[in-house]
Amino acid sequence: MASKNSSNESEKDVKILDGTRRDFLKQSTLLTAIALTPAPLVRAAENGWDEKIAAVYEKVPLNIEVNGVKHQLSVEPRATLLDLLREQLDLTGTKKGCDHGQCGACTVHVDGHRINSCLTLGVMVSGKKITTIEGLAKGDQLHPMQEAFLKHDGFQCGYCTPGQIMSAVACIREGHANSETEIREYMSGNICRCGAYPNIVNAIQEVKDGGQTV
Amino acid sequence: MKQFQYIRPSTQQSVLEAINKPGTKIIAGGTNLVDLMKRGVTAPDKLVDINHLPLKSIASTKTGLHIGALALNSVVSENSLVIEKQPLLSMALKAGASPQLRNMATVGGNMMQRTRCTYFYDITMPCNKREPGSGCGAMEGYNRMHAIFGASQQCIAVHPSDMCVGLAALDAVVVIAGRRGERRIPFTEFHRLPEDHPEMDNHLAKDELIIAVEIPDNNFAKNSYYLKVRDRQSYAFALVSVAAALDISNGVIKQARLAMGGVAHKPWRLLDAEKALIGKTVSEESFKQAALIAMQGAKAYEYNSFKLKLAPATITEALKHASGLV
Repeated sequence: MASKNSSNESEKDVKILDGTRRDFLKQSTLLTAIALTPAPLVRAAENGWDEKIAAVYEKVPLNIEVNGVKHQLSVEPRATLLDLLREQLDLTGTKKGCDHGQCGACTVHVDGHRINSCLTLGVMVSGKKITTIEGLAKGDQLHPMQEAFLKHDGFQCGYCTPGQIMSAVACIREGHANSETEIREYMSGNICRCGAYPNIVNAIQEVKDGGQTV
Repeated sequence: MKQFQYIRPSTQQSVLEAINKPGTKIIAGGTNLVDLMKRGVTAPDKLVDINHLPLKSIASTKTGLHIGALALNSVVSENSLVIEKQPLLSMALKAGASPQLRNMATVGGNMMQRTRCTYFYDITMPCNKREPGSGCGAMEGYNRMHAIFGASQQCIAVHPSDMCVGLAALDAVVVIAGRRGERRIPFTEFHRLPEDHPEMDNHLAKDELIIAVEIPDNNFAKNSYYLKVRDRQSYAFALVSVAAALDISNGVIKQARLAMGGVAHKPWRLLDAEKALIGKTVSEESFKQAALIAMQGAKAYEYNSFKLKLAPATITEALKHASGLV
């Protein structure tokens, strides 16, 4: 996951991000106190707009590409990639399971590498390309791994499935799907509470053996 | 999660200036820090994202292998130089976490990760590491995962890393940058024992940054092994793990390196057992004797006394694998 951000962009971001809520509040409070504030700002403070305006200042710009579509977002630094995908972009295919990096339901690809989106801050993937489960199919044509999961019944309740499929695709691309043992080891970051593991392994083996490009 | 300010400096100098302020934390992979922030265990005012610093390289030097602090755990574990020169490190890394987490976690971040003691994570429980002076929930609590070496009255937590156990065994050196220049310390002196200050995991100062680890060349590549025993076969923290590296000539051990994980507040190097192995022939008996020596001074708590048997058995087994006996 080598960073592709230029240093110019980084410096620009630092400048943009440096205006803090605390500075803003300090300045605005001081101005109010010495009664030199323009009337609209005085009214803003009285109406509690200070907090609301500050909330806008707390957000930082974020440019990312998700499933081939470029997005210019404004996000809180504390928002995880998982929450951005689900809440801001309405891409609810990526699931929130444990939200602590223990289950793998939130697995997505960042610049082609699988990661846990629940432990990734959105601001940290600035300029990167994200692929979610919604980005695998080509129109109505399912990705071979999606087809294989259907054929082999690689799920029961289906909640872990998007994460399993994203991980399964990565597992083959990484070259770690050469035996059942290897598949189980390299799929260990994705927990299936229903216990569909044997069928998941079969699905992955079929796609691997089929030699299709994943 | 509490709101915080986020900055993304592009030079080491600006990082060093930024981190010297109270309430500031560095973020690299974020696999542990973001989790701790979600749970309220830590709540920084400002995060300094260091991912744009040029600290990702893995390269051979005249004396060893240089690994940048931002090299990803997955990249290091698959790197051909690492596999060729220091396969023990590759094995230790692959034993840790999951493929997804290894794609995020960095070498420096792995070193800086906090304990997984459940009392540290549960903010309703006492924990001297999280809140100095509040007590230790684990001492009289469910201490199955806890230390058998080097614990104190204040803390019996263990360091959770696998990578660090490998690096401790391989005599790695930590390269640290500060505002006054660089310093280098042996890996085994990077992490500390809890003593009276369990809130401090290591000797890195607030205004310092890990920039690399270096592993001196050795003759262990042919005979090394990382054995991790855990509650499930993969993706779990160690109950006990052992990094074993041997230099064997004509069936006789010339040099040995041993370190254990899951047993102490830091990677637990087994110097006395290493010495005992020198000059011995490769045999299960020599390994069992070394394992007994390694266990001197071990002390168990109510729920982790199984480690007193598991640890020597794991040492013996790791040495058997490393030496080619199995």
